[in-house]
Amino acid sequence: MKVLVFLEHHGDDLTKGSLGVLAKAADLGDGQVAAVVVGGGNLKAVAAEAGRLGATKVYVAADDALDPPLPQPRVDVLDAIVRAGGHDTVLFSNSVLAADIAAGLAARLDAGLNWDLVDITERDGRLVGKRPALQDSVLVDVGWRSERRVALFRTGSFEPAVGGQGDPEVEEVAVRLEKHSVGARIVDQHFANEGGPSVEGAEVVVAGGIGLGGPENFALAEELAGALGGVVGATRAVVYAGWYPHSAQIGQTGKTVSPKLYVALGVSGAVQHKVGMQNSKVIVSINKDPGAPIFEFSDLAVVGDLHAIVPKLTELVRQRRGS
Amino acid sequence: MGTIGSLMKIAVCVKHVPDGRQHIDPGTKRLDRSGGGELNGVDENAVEEALRLKGDTDTEVVVVSMGPEPAVESLRAALALGADRAVLVSDPALGGSDLILTSKVLAKALGREGADLVLFGQQASDGGGGVLWAAVADHLRLPFVSQAAELTIHDGTVRVTRQTEVADDVIEAPLPAIVAVSDAINEPRYASLKGKMGAKKKPLEQLSLADLGSDAVEAAGGGSLTEVLDVAEPPARANATRIEDEGAAAQLIVDFLVERQLV
Repeated sequence: MKVLVFLEHHGDDLTKGSLGVLAKAADLGDGQVAAVVVGGGNLKAVAAEAGRLGATKVYVAADDALDPPLPQPRVDVLDAIVRAGGHDTVLFSNSVLAADIAAGLAARLDAGLNWDLVDITERDGRLVGKRPALQDSVLVDVGWRSERRVALFRTGSFEPAVGGQGDPEVEEVAVRLEKHSVGARIVDQHFANEGGPSVEGAEVVVAGGIGLGGPENFALAEELAGALGGVVGATRAVVYAGWYPHSAQIGQTGKTVSPKLYVALGVSGAVQHKVGMQNSKVIVSINKDPGAPIFEFSDLAVVGDLHAIVPKLTELVRQRRGS
Repeated sequence: MGTIGSLMKIAVCVKHVPDGRQHIDPGTKRLDRSGGGELNGVDENAVEEALRLKGDTDTEVVVVSMGPEPAVESLRAALALGADRAVLVSDPALGGSDLILTSKVLAKALGREGADLVLFGQQASDGGGGVLWAAVADHLRLPFVSQAAELTIHDGTVRVTRQTEVADDVIEAPLPAIVAVSDAINEPRYASLKGKMGAKKKPLEQLSLADLGSDAVEAAGGGSLTEVLDVAEPPARANATRIEDEGAAAQLIVDFLVERQLV
């Protein structure tokens, strides 16, 4: 088995999700793990970091044409590396970008694609992926029939390795891009306005949804978060309604979090939100709708009026912490 | 706002998904599709976007699906919303198709249409993830953009606002192109009674694999490239607790958190 891991990076930072997949890849085959970083400018620091965190070989495709985070040029790069390097297994950590690359690459290589995986193991020399399905009501073992395999993992499925020394072999690759791959281009970018503490690294997140009833009620979430030593997150619906800034948005088109404690206030638990928080260690949700989907994946589901419960809860937590 | 200009045809790929509680057939290890079904939620947004672009122009909106016979229901639903024509690729050989096999067959069906713009809904409610468009785009060698929250067309170019985890990217691509829309893009309309009546008379073509040509038969020949090996109950969230608030909920939550050393 010859494994290649796609590493996504923003600036000089590799995403935690792709570093988790890199760590997992070391368990497969003979432990040799090749990784690939793609982008514009100088990627030396990113490549060195990949080596420190588990890659024994790093392919570096650095070119101005590869700077915009678009999938199709990256399919060309990975296709060329896989064919030249003889890799048979390509692993991705899910993101908007990575999912598009994975599917495009699978089509190009005529490789099977299994996605939304939470684990992968070798069984009798074959790779077996684990995928929760149907709102996580079943756990499916999936395999590949093709010679080449592509796998896309849920973010937060694996913890990154603890940093070591690492002196990876670095190979620079130059790739000619296909005509259709350079059709789409980014003409403008608006970055989420950062500010305040980040939800991404927080150990406690208190998220507010439409059930809060209005922007002024985010004070309830802020006070509870303050008492618990956490930060406030938000669903897409409330960000769209203008109740809270996009930098706090959790979900498919926002941040992915995996705190020790996730408290959901008036959050319905739509799939778009769930994918951003389902790896939280403990989930407590308060919602007046007994049928809210979030209750299906909560450790503690509280059916009730959050406006009555949360102020009391905040007070009790403060007392507890003060004592 | 750009004009629709030379946009002649928009194809929308839709999926018929089981409604209500879904489960997997323990025998075939496939999703049980024997019950009722409906048009996949976000596919309604894709149809809506096509109809919005069409407006009152002559642009043709064709809905395309691959799946067993009952998928006709969802195609009729899309026609009732205002699509002009429907194509269903249905073949016993395609039962249980995985993503790559589906992408090959859809690419053949779409190649036959030669639409200027192909739309997908970002997610299917029955199969999780959903990244079909990227594979279809690679087969058709067309540019694509996913996670579209806004879409305009002008001068043979599609302009899309793509939402990712880190930014809103404004992306332009020359037509023909493929775009996957998210449910943030619009509010789908409801079908009118007139629309529902009219849908019965609109053309709905059913094609077998052979109807798509020998190269489609060949492309599908390799079958699915992935397989389901086993289906099991997941380890439920250990000891999930549910309480109805009768005034003591705040204290019960604190007790729960103390027990887990979270406060």
